Amino acid sequence: MTAARLELGAAGEERAAAWYRARGYVVVARNWRCREGELDLVCTRGRTVVFCEVKTRSSLAYGHPAEAVTPAKQQRIHKLAVLWLADQDPPVRADALRFDVAAVLPRSIDVIEAAF
Amino acid sequence: MGFATIPSAIVVGVDGHPVAVEVHAGRGIPGLTLVGLPDASCREARDRVRAAVLASRAKWTDQRLTVNLAPSSTRKVGSALDLAIAVGVLVASGELEVEQVRGLAFVGELGLDGTVRPVAGIVPIVDALDTEAVVVPVASANDAELVDGPHVRAVATLGELLAALRGVEPWPDHDRPIRRADTGAPLDLRDVRGQPVVRRALEIAAAGGHHLLMIGPPGAGKTMLASRLPGLLPPLDRVSAMEVSRIHSAAGHSLSGGLIRRPPLRAPHHSATMVALVGGGSDAMRPGEVSLAHGGVLFLDELAEFPPTVLDALRQPLEEGVIRVSRARFTAKLPARFLLVAAMNPCPCGEAGRPGACRCPDGLMARYHRRLSGPLLDRFDLRVDVFRPDVEQLLGGEPGETSAVVAQRVAAARVLAADRGVLANAHLRGRDLERWAPVTADAHELLASTLRAGRLSARGLDRIRRVARTIADLAGHDGTLGTDHIGTALHLRAEVRLGAGAVA
Repeated sequence: MTAARLELGAAGEERAAAWYRARGYVVVARNWRCREGELDLVCTRGRTVVFCEVKTRSSLAYGHPAEAVTPAKQQRIHKLAVLWLADQDPPVRADALRFDVAAVLPRSIDVIEAAF
Repeated sequence: MGFATIPSAIVVGVDGHPVAVEVHAGRGIPGLTLVGLPDASCREARDRVRAAVLASRAKWTDQRLTVNLAPSSTRKVGSALDLAIAVGVLVASGELEVEQVRGLAFVGELGLDGTVRPVAGIVPIVDALDTEAVVVPVASANDAELVDGPHVRAVATLGELLAALRGVEPWPDHDRPIRRADTGAPLDLRDVRGQPVVRRALEIAAAGGHHLLMIGPPGAGKTMLASRLPGLLPPLDRVSAMEVSRIHSAAGHSLSGGLIRRPPLRAPHHSATMVALVGGGSDAMRPGEVSLAHGGVLFLDELAEFPPTVLDALRQPLEEGVIRVSRARFTAKLPARFLLVAAMNPCPCGEAGRPGACRCPDGLMARYHRRLSGPLLDRFDLRVDVFRPDVEQLLGGEPGETSAVVAQRVAAARVLAADRGVLANAHLRGRDLERWAPVTADAHELLASTLRAGRLSARGLDRIRRVARTIADLAGHDGTLGTDHIGTALHLRAEVRLGAGAVA
């Protein structure tokens, strides 16, 4: 991946994190990695834990960013969420888990809550 | 958030089934899910529709689309729903107003560039719709208008359709493919030299709807004779013409000549498979040759070369006039009332008719004859030998009667049959025979002795009376059947001389 593309992704994640903070969420993890892969953003509000996949694109030329979150990727994020919860010490108290997709474009951010 | 319901229809067998295309657009990862039991070709609509919408310069929504094909319990086949799905998506996502599509149904396949392509079965499909108007592909418009149903609007592309729906442009007025009237005169019986017995048999077959088997050596003219039979049958009336046209439309044939008025002739080759002959195959349950011959003639040349299983599958349509094709998921009932005409050689080398000329070994003969089951042979009311015409007849013989003359007598006989409440005498029920085909005492004795000699089955007895009725009708005799009528019928149901496998 080129430096420019890494930068685009990082900037997108920063804007998505800002979006959640503005709505009263606490960002508890960013780019959490394990052998299975990476979670872009984990936020909490009350006892709801939100796992957010951030997709950033510089234009719509290759389709809507959120379309890139395929069923296979959705499954992997489900698995990563379980691993992340197991990894927390002290354990996170979660009554509800939610999976969001944040579609970031140069001049807009579209967060699809409970996307999958 | 948006929702739309667009009426459309699919064809299964020869019947159209209405389908409501429901589209929901809402929050979620952009994409399109198609539910409601679509088959492979129907599921591919997803990709065709998207490309066609983009090619038509309309916006493809970022919302999550769910398309349901209701009723969701029956399998949806084919690509006829593409256009309805595209319109549904555009309404649900706000590109079109609900008002702009009110009262309209949509039928057609979409190309990736937005062209609207014709689909098979447009006649039964349009017949199944109860909307005010229906939008169909240009190439299907003529066929769609044969149906006494919704007003037909023809479009060539999705872009053109959108412009018309939005009121930006008037509805397009395309040049339709020109309707061809049935081309050429049917083959005429006048071309047949000699062959008085077979000509007679053809006339009786046409008049009474009796199945005919011709046995003779190669080159005797069996095919030539059979192909002249449809020309002797009366043209189809409005109801039958519609029925036959529906079947041919469902099979994917374009009805460029308008309603099919002439009785069809189908002559499948003996290599035809079971599915090709009886229909079925895919989930669409395409009609087979027996259904395409509905209202007309099914000609099986080289009868003994057909696989025995295929021939035995003909028994149900021969008895009931329909064929039921069952698959795991459902059963389709396809109309199949036809006049069966078959031809075969007396033996594999074809020369058994002439004494001493046949060179077939006994084993081969036996195998050849075993292929025809007794029950099938029993269905042929008329079995005649066809001989090669002799030299004088071929070179100098008078031309025979024309088809038009014979067809007049056939039509008159059919009128008599109609008075008895049937299409043709072959359809008279057994219990009505006493009323419509009584026999004189002498004729009764003739039948009794034939029965005693074991040359006639009980079913054969009824069949003889029906044929005799037709013979009498053609002769203008409307009373009790005499020995001449019964005798001729018996004569025309000659024992099939197939070596050891003779069948009465």
